[in-house]
Amino acid sequence: MRILKLVSKNLLRHKLRTFLTVLGLAFAVFAFGFLRTIVTAWYSGVESSSTSRLITRHAVSFIYPLPLSYRDQIGKIPGVSSVSYAYWFQGVYKDNTFDNFFPRFAIDAENFLEMYPEFVIPFDQLETFKKERNSCIVGKKIMEKYSWKIGDVIPIDGDIFPGKWEFVIRGIYRGKDRTTDETQMFFQWSYLEEQLKQRTPYRSGQVGWYTIKIANANDAATVSENVDALFVNSSAKTKTETEKAFQQGFVSLSSAILTSMEVISYVIIGIILLVLANTIIMSARERIREYAVLKTLGFTSGHIIGLVAGESLIIAAIGGCLGIAFTFPMAAAVASGFPTMFPVFNVELSTIVLAMTFSLLVGVLASIFPAVRAARIKIVDGLRQIG
Amino acid sequence: MAEAIVQVHNVTKIYKRDKMEIPVLQNITIDVPEGEFLALMGPSGSGKTTLLNLIAGIDRPNSGSIVIAGTDISTLKDSALAKWRSRHVGFVFQFYNLLPVLTAYENVELPLLLTHLSKKEKREHVEMALNVVGLSDRMKHYPKQLSGGQEQRVAIARAIVTDPTIIVADEPTGDLDKKSADEILLLMERLNSEFKKTIVMVTHDPHAAEKAHVIRHLEKGDLLDK
Repeated sequence: MRILKLVSKNLLRHKLRTFLTVLGLAFAVFAFGFLRTIVTAWYSGVESSSTSRLITRHAVSFIYPLPLSYRDQIGKIPGVSSVSYAYWFQGVYKDNTFDNFFPRFAIDAENFLEMYPEFVIPFDQLETFKKERNSCIVGKKIMEKYSWKIGDVIPIDGDIFPGKWEFVIRGIYRGKDRTTDETQMFFQWSYLEEQLKQRTPYRSGQVGWYTIKIANANDAATVSENVDALFVNSSAKTKTETEKAFQQGFVSLSSAILTSMEVISYVIIGIILLVLANTIIMSARERIREYAVLKTLGFTSGHIIGLVAGESLIIAAIGGCLGIAFTFPMAAAVASGFPTMFPVFNVELSTIVLAMTFSLLVGVLASIFPAVRAARIKIVDGLRQIG
Repeated sequence: MAEAIVQVHNVTKIYKRDKMEIPVLQNITIDVPEGEFLALMGPSGSGKTTLLNLIAGIDRPNSGSIVIAGTDISTLKDSALAKWRSRHVGFVFQFYNLLPVLTAYENVELPLLLTHLSKKEKREHVEMALNVVGLSDRMKHYPKQLSGGQEQRVAIARAIVTDPTIIVADEPTGDLDKKSADEILLLMERLNSEFKKTIVMVTHDPHAAEKAHVIRHLEKGDLLDK
């Protein structure tokens, strides 16, 4: 028999108490892990942003367009490798519910997708997309959600750009890795432009924003300043920033909610600590006489601390592992249930490490007071305790 | 006469309760020769259990020295004292104090966890100790599956499994019926006569004390003359 066996036997002394404590810990760790996953999912766009891409938008707001004529001027700025552009189209597919929402963009078919190597598209599909004016490329998750196949037509009711729109699916993109959003749809800006010239000519010749690829990521600040300086006296002043800062701007709109979630996730850790500490304190108090007996037999204070802390750590470790295990199916359910709300919803390794670290830390912290008290008790006092 | 294996010299013990000082033992001197079976008797509060605890190294005197088998245990630090106890003292409690989650075998094995014996050697020691107390057939039983007398016999097996220098017993028959008490006393006698164990036993019971070679009386912290 080893000391560890004594610890495990002590764990099973009050099976229901241990089970409920482990369950409480598991749910708390699950809640912590799930909240952290939501937060990381929210920031996934920021995290997956490229450092060598800049975004130039209207200085007042993202919703104001920029003239197409800026493209060539931006392209001449030193440090700029290539320039492309996109336009937020929006529109309504089927109905105006969130369930049928997915991002739709009009893009420069020539080079926009080449600037995003994280979108993996078969060469022949990309070539077909470039040739057909009303074609589109759709993310894998959306294709699967609606069971679409290449050649299908997607009817969209325009809202920002009124009218009936139809797009033929000519390509499917997959993410390079699990952090890539696979819920978007891209179609040719030139198709939008062509229609706008017929329907609302005053809105033609405009784009939503420019995406600039720079040769050296270290030149981001200089290039940004040069781009904005170029249009400082024009009617549509620009604001250029890194793609990360641009994405961060969107996320910051919901920063209060995210901060609340983070705070709640840490409050949960505090609750776990109290739950476990309560159990360990109760257990240790009940066994003071036994600890005194063990000390009489020659066990040291270190052994007693090991027994109490070991019990706490095992409960914390089992609860932590179960909680993390619960997080995966829940995350998978959310990812499949809300693919457009959370295009990337993965339980990150950092979340697992953080949850497990906190679990073990809680195990240690919860045992400090009862372990020290049990270790310090005088044998003669401990033996007088009614067991 | 054999050399004194327990030498208690001028030992005083004072307990502090809040600001009050309660003298429990006053200037006690007693020698116990190797192989002796000593019974300490006295009324409640006379200090007999305190003296036993001091000899067993689970409490410390305020003054005086306690030398057991050549080691002055009153000068040892806590960790050294714990190690010393594991090697030299077998303690038998009134209420057995077995761990309820462990079997008889595992309870007896407990003191051996602090040794470097191999698994096989530990098993041999435990089986031998349980054999001595006549409980070889109850190894896998938990304390709640044993009678009071059997529990105390397991406790005695736990006390002798490391082959300690002395065995100290605090009212070992105090919680037992007469038949079980007689069995325990017979076992203690056997440990002393057959295995030459030095035993210091505290008891209220004159019948139990009769089994000892020497009976010493304590009263209000003083050791009375033989």
